[in-house]
Amino acid sequence: MGIIWKEHLCESETGMATTSRTKKKPAPRGKNAQELRSYYERMSLVRAFELRANEMYARAKIGGYCHLNLGEEATVVGLMAALEERDYLFTTYRDHGYALMRGMEPGAVMAELFGKETGVVGGWGGSMHMFDYDKRMLGGYGIVGGQIPPATGAALAIAYRSEAGPDSEAVMCLLGDGTTNIGAFHESLNLAGLWNLPIVYVIINNRLGMGTTVEGASAEPDLYKRGSAYRIEGTRVEEDDPVAVRDAARAALKTAREKRRPVLLEVMSYRLKGHSVVDPARYRSKEDTDEAKSKDPVPAFRARLISDGILTAEEADTIDQQSDDIVTAAVAFADESPDPSVDTLFDKGYASKVPNMPRRLPVEPVVVAS
Amino acid sequence: MSAATPDQSAEASGSRVITYRQALNETLRAELERDENVFLIGEEIGVFEGSYKITAGLLQDFGPKRVVDTPIAEEGFVGAAVGAAMLGLRPVVEIMTLNFSLVAIDQIVNHAAKIHAMFGGEVKVPMVIRFPGGGGQQLAATHSQNLEVWYAHIPGLKVLAPSTPAEAKAMLTAAIRDDDPVIFLENLGLYNVKGEVPDGEQVAEIGKAAVVKEGTDLTLVSYSRGMVTALQVADEFEQKGVSVEVVDLRSLRPLDRDTICASVRKTSRAVIFEDDMLSYGIGAEIAATIGEGAFDWLDAPVRRVAAAEVPLPYAKPLERAAMPSAEDLSRVVQQTLDATRFTK
Repeated sequence: MGIIWKEHLCESETGMATTSRTKKKPAPRGKNAQELRSYYERMSLVRAFELRANEMYARAKIGGYCHLNLGEEATVVGLMAALEERDYLFTTYRDHGYALMRGMEPGAVMAELFGKETGVVGGWGGSMHMFDYDKRMLGGYGIVGGQIPPATGAALAIAYRSEAGPDSEAVMCLLGDGTTNIGAFHESLNLAGLWNLPIVYVIINNRLGMGTTVEGASAEPDLYKRGSAYRIEGTRVEEDDPVAVRDAARAALKTAREKRRPVLLEVMSYRLKGHSVVDPARYRSKEDTDEAKSKDPVPAFRARLISDGILTAEEADTIDQQSDDIVTAAVAFADESPDPSVDTLFDKGYASKVPNMPRRLPVEPVVVAS
Repeated sequence: MSAATPDQSAEASGSRVITYRQALNETLRAELERDENVFLIGEEIGVFEGSYKITAGLLQDFGPKRVVDTPIAEEGFVGAAVGAAMLGLRPVVEIMTLNFSLVAIDQIVNHAAKIHAMFGGEVKVPMVIRFPGGGGQQLAATHSQNLEVWYAHIPGLKVLAPSTPAEAKAMLTAAIRDDDPVIFLENLGLYNVKGEVPDGEQVAEIGKAAVVKEGTDLTLVSYSRGMVTALQVADEFEQKGVSVEVVDLRSLRPLDRDTICASVRKTSRAVIFEDDMLSYGIGAEIAATIGEGAFDWLDAPVRRVAAAEVPLPYAKPLERAAMPSAEDLSRVVQQTLDATRFTK
């Protein structure tokens, strides 16, 4: 039931993304059609997963903070389609969709949300901290901007070990629009520019911090321009479309791999709901939410594929039903999974064990008198 | 000063008297030679050879890939070391002084310390962050702090504080080879201190305190530069016929509570000496530990000798008054003995 994203990679269709769709292309056929169809499958899965996560949160199956990718499905799918298996990904806390698209099992992702032993990190991280070393998903990070210096360091490690070239590894570091104002962003871009690191910083501009607009937070609201202070190439993708996002990300990754230059890529996106599941988003005007709904990338992409003759409405419905089934199975898996054993509480704190490691429960004395 | 540490593994073929600075420099060199995943990163460590010359000669011999000069961007380069460590490199970060670690604290506390556990134990963060702490150099309030307790408070970090050149060598070696993030506390006042350092490979056991001088009448507990004063005062009392045991904490996290309590159960009296502020400090933790682990053995209240709680002033008389001295320690040791009408 996992998503096998790597099989759908193909050559770039449009090269570097531009600010608008340039011309009407003929409807794709064959491999391209199959690929577009797979993108719809992925977007549909992310949508279904996040709607169900929202529901499970309301039913108190999920605790803590929970931030959803609802409305960002084209961004999620496009970026992850561009990323090769050998590349490393660092994300924000809005990470469920990325975890799924990186090939992590929906059941394990849901189980992590449920805080179960079978979760992707055994119930140690929850919604904000999806992680899978083998899939090179090096984490969702809960501290805004906290992921940027480590992602930069991962790129430093790549440069330390290997030469530039088309087969080089690269790092993709995701961040939100609000994050471009924190010091860690600027320090990291400076290091990456100075040291020629193979990293693509992707600003997912969903137009709102929590409730603060981009214009209300950034003296330069054209966020992709903020790399210019560090001589880092900046690009913006206006289209909320997986293919446009994929192509722009692929071009940026190519620069990172082959020229060993960082790139700042801004992708425009809409957040359909509040900042997190508990946020009713009353600060948003009706016009704004209406616009977000009218630009919802999932029905838009579906309609495009139907009008291009790549999918029929029935096939799209079948895909949606399959997504729903996958998510239902994921919920069942999470529900049936055991809680982590309290006996394992002290097992993860340190990688190398040394004498006198603290293993004291709240009720216990600090020293056992002998 | 003798160092009867529990860790000096290999039989040393010989030894030399060198400074704490030289011990650190030689250890960094040896580890750079031993493991190509080890690299040094920090401000002014290459061309300038380190603000305190700990990295002298290393850029010249190992090149800019292994000895990385950074811009002034502690959060950026400490965080970059975290990411490089996640990919299996072993960065040794130098922060110019402890005070500047505060601008990198999100990367140290929220990232380096958390990543292993928060990601379910799937990834290691094998890195060392070295910096000197300590006042007494007339550097005024922002450049004279001892905030190691902040890091010692954090699960996920290991915090080491060697007090001698020999310990500096063995503990830095252990820190670099450890798979967890290690805060390695040095001290401006120790860099020129000389001591005997065994030749050959020395690897300390992290997490163990050491009884560096045995005694029966009173236990002195200290660490880092405080050990110099503690041993001096212990010798002074020894000459007066008082047998003082001295415990060097060595590792602030994990803390070797058993060694502390075992000592106090033997001596029944304890005084803690620290350069840091008294309230909520390392001494407070030691005193509470003794209260819980050796209460029935105590003949006198546990005392702490620690810094006056003011931002440290520049003027020498004020600075001197604020910092705990050998005289202060000596007086408190005497008071603790007097409290039980101790006679010899």
